[in-house]
Amino acid sequence: MPFQQPPLPFGMNAMKPFLSEEQLEYHYGKHHAAYFKNLNALVEGKPEAGMSLREVVVQSTGPVFNNAAQAWNHSFYWDCLSPKGGGEPQGDLAAAIVRDFGGVPELKKALSEAAVKLFGSGWSWLAADKQGKLEIMALSNADTPLKHAKEPLLTIDVWEHAYYIDYRNDRAKYVEGLWRAANWDFVAKCFSAAMK
Amino acid sequence: MQFHLPELPYAYDALEPHIDAATMEIHHTKHHQAYVDKLNAAIEGYDLGTPSIEEVVAAIHTVPEEIRTAVRNHGGGHANHSLFWTIMSPNGGGEPTGALLQAMEEEFGRFHAFRESFATTAAGRFGSGWAWLSLTPEKRLVIEDTPNQNSPLMHGNTPLLGLDVWEHAYYLKYQNRRPEYIQAFFQVIDWEAVGSRYREALQATSPAVASSSAGH
Repeated sequence: MPFQQPPLPFGMNAMKPFLSEEQLEYHYGKHHAAYFKNLNALVEGKPEAGMSLREVVVQSTGPVFNNAAQAWNHSFYWDCLSPKGGGEPQGDLAAAIVRDFGGVPELKKALSEAAVKLFGSGWSWLAADKQGKLEIMALSNADTPLKHAKEPLLTIDVWEHAYYIDYRNDRAKYVEGLWRAANWDFVAKCFSAAMK
Repeated sequence: MQFHLPELPYAYDALEPHIDAATMEIHHTKHHQAYVDKLNAAIEGYDLGTPSIEEVVAAIHTVPEEIRTAVRNHGGGHANHSLFWTIMSPNGGGEPTGALLQAMEEEFGRFHAFRESFATTAAGRFGSGWAWLSLTPEKRLVIEDTPNQNSPLMHGNTPLLGLDVWEHAYYLKYQNRRPEYIQAFFQVIDWEAVGSRYREALQATSPAVASSSAGH
């Protein structure tokens, strides 16, 4: 088993009322787990089995990419959330957000709109290039900024399975709720790493 | 010109236990309604030249570029769902008969082979989309799948049978178990309706004409 699903960085019941225990049990326990299981079956005995998950995401295509990227994207998504989340970004990250979007409310609005408008399954990303320039990327299905030589900083999963138990068709309400759980410390850490 | 949400030809709970009432109601009144509303908003002030959503979708490449993506997504959503409701029935299930069965056997072998192949296609569609039994312009049957709300009409095929595999189509009852939902769908397929779509499509000279019986 070359790739192992990392533990959820918070309790299954720690995200209420944003996400219910049932929502997380399916999302983490079924969907995310299945991507790892499928990936491990696909790469068995292949060179990819010896790579890091991130390398597989960057190099692969087809079903291997779909499962590897979904495995990676979900692990990243959990890290973007925290029971102590919410609030506002600070320091260099806050300054870059003001520089590239005009302010934090503008960034939130742009990332939320990209998430709500994305047609079908996918992810709405805040990403940075090597110079630290920020951008919003609305990407379909398993696609990730890693595939576009950009560093992911924050993501909103808008596959319907991410919110359907708790929010049904109301994707906008789910997206609004996510801001109260956003882990800005993690986003800031990704931002500094992006420029190294 | 405005498009409208068609009424379901049966009650929301009519397909229980295979497809649950809550799913049917949200699917029809929220998801399908949203496609109709967003389509109408996108085409406001445009004359698409036809009241038939199937004709609009079949001629997607001639829709003005600035509204083409919205019409592909929301017009496709309207056409696909309108068809979907009509090929299911509380009296469904079983197997096709007559000319359709014969053509399916010629193309796919025995019915269970078709069923397995269709189920594999539906389960394998990565992300949101649809699985289809379609008729090509050469009048051959094909199993195919499309992403998001793309319709076989957009590449010249006539959809005879469509299965919605967006997660919203099955999540309340089946969650991550899409293959179970696909098996349940086979219990409610209205093969009589599919057979009548097949006969019309065989006669028709263009895919949209054959498909228009799905409603507007």
